[in-house]
Amino acid sequence: MSEREPHTGPSPEAFREEIVKSYSGKVAKKRAKHILVNDPEVPAEIEANVRTIPGIISQRGCCYAGCKGVVMGPIKDMVHIVHGPIGCSYYAWLSRRNQAATGDGVANFIHYAFSTDMQEEDIVFGGEKKLAQACREAYAAFQPTAIGLYATCPVGLIGDDVHAVARQMSEELGINVFGFSCEGYKGVSQSAGHHIANNGLFKNVVGLDDTPVDHPFSINLLGEYNIGGDAFEIERILDLCGIHLVATFSGNVKYGDIASSHNAKLNVVMCHRSINYMAEMMEKKFGIPWFKVNFIGADSTAKSLRKIAEYFGDAELTARVEAVIADELAKVAAVRADVASRLSGKTAMLFVGGSRAHHYQDLFNEVGMTSVAAGYEFAHRDDYEGRRVLPSIKVDADSRNIEELHIGPDDTRFTPRRTPEEIETAEKKGFAWRDYDGMMAQMKKGTLVIDDISHFEMEKLIAVYKPDIFCSGVKDKYVVEKMGVPCKQLHSYDYGGPYAGFIGASNFYQEIDRMIGKRITRLITPPWKQQTA
Amino acid sequence: MLDMTPATVAERSALKINPAKTCQPVGAVYAALGVHGCLPHSHGSQGCCAYHRSHLTRHFKEPVMASTSSFTEGSSVFGGMANLTQAFGTIFEMYNPDIVAVHTTCLSEVIGDDIPTIISKGREEGKIPEGKVVVHCNTPSFVGSHVTGFSAMVKGFVKYLSENTGTRSTAINILPGWVEPSDMTEIKRLVAAFGLPSIMLPDTSSVLDAPATGEHAFFPKGGTTLPELKAMGDAKATLSLGTWASLDAATLLETKCGVPFQDLDLPIGLAATDRFIQSLQALAGVEVPTQIEDERGRLVDVISDMHQYLSGRKVAIYGDPDHVIALTEFCRDMDMLPVHVLTGSVGNAFETRIKDILADSVPEANVKAQGDLYLLHQWIKNDPVDLLLGTTYGKFISRAEDIPLVRVGWPILDRVGHSYFPTVGYLGSLRLAVEIISAIQERQDRDAPDHAFELVL
Ligand code: SF4
Ligand code: SF4
Repeated sequence: MSEREPHTGPSPEAFREEIVKSYSGKVAKKRAKHILVNDPEVPAEIEANVRTIPGIISQRGCCYAGCKGVVMGPIKDMVHIVHGPIGCSYYAWLSRRNQAATGDGVANFIHYAFSTDMQEEDIVFGGEKKLAQACREAYAAFQPTAIGLYATCPVGLIGDDVHAVARQMSEELGINVFGFSCEGYKGVSQSAGHHIANNGLFKNVVGLDDTPVDHPFSINLLGEYNIGGDAFEIERILDLCGIHLVATFSGNVKYGDIASSHNAKLNVVMCHRSINYMAEMMEKKFGIPWFKVNFIGADSTAKSLRKIAEYFGDAELTARVEAVIADELAKVAAVRADVASRLSGKTAMLFVGGSRAHHYQDLFNEVGMTSVAAGYEFAHRDDYEGRRVLPSIKVDADSRNIEELHIGPDDTRFTPRRTPEEIETAEKKGFAWRDYDGMMAQMKKGTLVIDDISHFEMEKLIAVYKPDIFCSGVKDKYVVEKMGVPCKQLHSYDYGGPYAGFIGASNFYQEIDRMIGKRITRLITPPWKQQTA
Repeated sequence: MLDMTPATVAERSALKINPAKTCQPVGAVYAALGVHGCLPHSHGSQGCCAYHRSHLTRHFKEPVMASTSSFTEGSSVFGGMANLTQAFGTIFEMYNPDIVAVHTTCLSEVIGDDIPTIISKGREEGKIPEGKVVVHCNTPSFVGSHVTGFSAMVKGFVKYLSENTGTRSTAINILPGWVEPSDMTEIKRLVAAFGLPSIMLPDTSSVLDAPATGEHAFFPKGGTTLPELKAMGDAKATLSLGTWASLDAATLLETKCGVPFQDLDLPIGLAATDRFIQSLQALAGVEVPTQIEDERGRLVDVISDMHQYLSGRKVAIYGDPDHVIALTEFCRDMDMLPVHVLTGSVGNAFETRIKDILADSVPEANVKAQGDLYLLHQWIKNDPVDLLLGTTYGKFISRAEDIPLVRVGWPILDRVGHSYFPTVGYLGSLRLAVEIISAIQERQDRDAPDHAFELVL
């Protein structure tokens, strides 16, 4: 039996009941399925990836945000033209911190926003001509390698066909132009947009460049978006280990890297939610195996590196990886011990995204803290309960319209990096392929797991349990801070970072230490209002 | 930085690059936050609402509450009535606001949802409890800009709530325009100095500058109250500050409730504040208080003393029309040269007004409505300036061209202070003038060779 998390305050069961009771009728029934008291050994079925109840103040964004904002936007040398009224393009402009190195000789449009800025007449008479003209103007000014076209809410409704315009423009301009039907109302959250982006990249870019990658240990890193420079730190570590990174999907990446990514020998997946589709499709079409890694946390980073080394099974590589780990962990150890001496036993809550609410628990564990409540903003059941539940996930009406590509082996380029026998043998020895056990298996018994948390539930949770730190996004940040609890943003990192890898782990420990130790928190109450003991 | 931008300006008819405006709904959210006990509600997909809340939060570093109809593909086909009525039920049950202020989005506009009908239905079905107020405005994002949305929401409150009871009060209405909580506080101070009772709409002071107390107030203590909103119809006059943000509501107060109005600029800078003060003086029928005259004198004093750092400096000004107009006049009066003046919002009237202001000083200035920051950057490449005056988005041009930036307007995402320290009135203008002078002096210090690095400036 795993140890049950000792709570101060009401039991999690009582808390759950209380929350559900405060909703009426149908709302109560629905929310009840999203709130669970965890049992890591038999994770219960949680409701996830279903629509948010109108009127509920949710953390979620839209399909477009997941497609253009998360997955596609970071590709730095493409021109991403958002087809729609101005807002959607404007808000996705530099508001996610997917950093991209400059000065490497490639075009870099990360600091630019492109939009067709649709006006009333475009809505009435259709905007395809304007979109085509926008492509011409972009080409005339920049001659980019590729242009992406992104549909926003009104576009689908008025019947503009971004794909038709893309085809026409590819022909006319002689560059790769491709479109995404990622209207904001599709699906139930950003998640639909991730899927649409994966499909579009896979259909239009992956596999275009067959130039062989001449390196024995070549990998792609999937689902790492270089927030706060995370990918730079991972690149640094891989480099030290002698592992060659072909493409990152999609932090600090060039279009050409993605075009040749099918030449890599292995795919490793960071953010399972946003990119698992790509890993699956590349395995089916090109024979590239994948497994899950986590570079958030020093121990997790070490573990992930060891698994990559194990995959390649090369003694020299393994030795080099071990040397790097030993060296880097030694540097982390002192910071970790120092911070743990103050933070051990403290509590964290994490409600964010589709993988970070899980990954960051490793960092808290490393300094002796416990994650007492967590949940995702837009993940699916497999991210909570593990991929074993995939066959039993029901696809509802909201997700059914998101295209599912049916991929078979490529006629000429399907070259399994491992034979079925090799895969099986490794598996028998405990090597997990296509693995993700989800958040719940790792959380302690008696912790709370809440999917798509509402504002109301968040305030209650904080008021009742007073965690030492709460992790969330910008919309919650100042609510939580006003309640006297430090709030770490795990989308923007509060403009800090990196938090990945070894250097990132030290950064994070110190950051949490700073936040929890803030002197000013103890000075909120004016002296004349303080009760004399 | 911005290495891809060529200096040659090419004609563009379809592609906006690095916009200098955003869409209507975010303005509607900001305006609705300035009404007490009001929850802004976005009728559309949840993405819009998430973006608007996030962006306002980044500017104010404060909680920004708003709900959404969370459209799905089904709602986009069948219309959003079911979503909105359901939302009413949830909102009043969970958050219990006094007022819900609904605004539309691209999606619900294209679908053609009729909000008043849905509100009636919500009442019939008991989703909107007795005594609770729901107002709305239309904010299609393919028309106008965020400023249009702000204006529409302010007008919406007047349309639904202001009434003329037949008697006139001694109060005046102040429509402050899209300014900071700090500006609203300062405007109220100036009005009070004349002994004038007033009602301000919207009023985000004590809402978006809330103190840390260890508790989160879902509805902070500030904001225009319901009785005040009603009483606006009885006021003796309206001062409309900022044509783009306020004139529509002022006009409606006149046509609906018979309240006469004056259309004024935002009181930023010497001349615009003078006009505002003169209006207050006329309404109050009293002398301008000495204290305010002294504030004016201090502003004049500093500009005069520091004139050498201001005179002849070229400046590029960009942002929302009401701000840009006031800033351009202010810069002109300090003998600066606004050579590039640009807004992302629509309006030929903007171009005419700016050209008017600059007619005798910089007649050749580049002036554009519906421009973008890419064009501004190109102008600057061809005719460099000494200073940028505008929102945070200018920081990339600032870095690319090594030009100091003074942040003013909305949004300011990378500095604090704007919500606490005003830029309106003589005091606010003094603060702005000091920032401008300091930016220029900093640059002079940075660039000076050792022998010319001065102790005293
Ligand atoms: S869909 Fe329309 S209202 Fe929503 S963010 Fe985009 S432009 Fe603004
Ligand atoms: S880490 Fe979070 S925010 Fe980033 S893509 Fe994954 S789910 Fe989205």
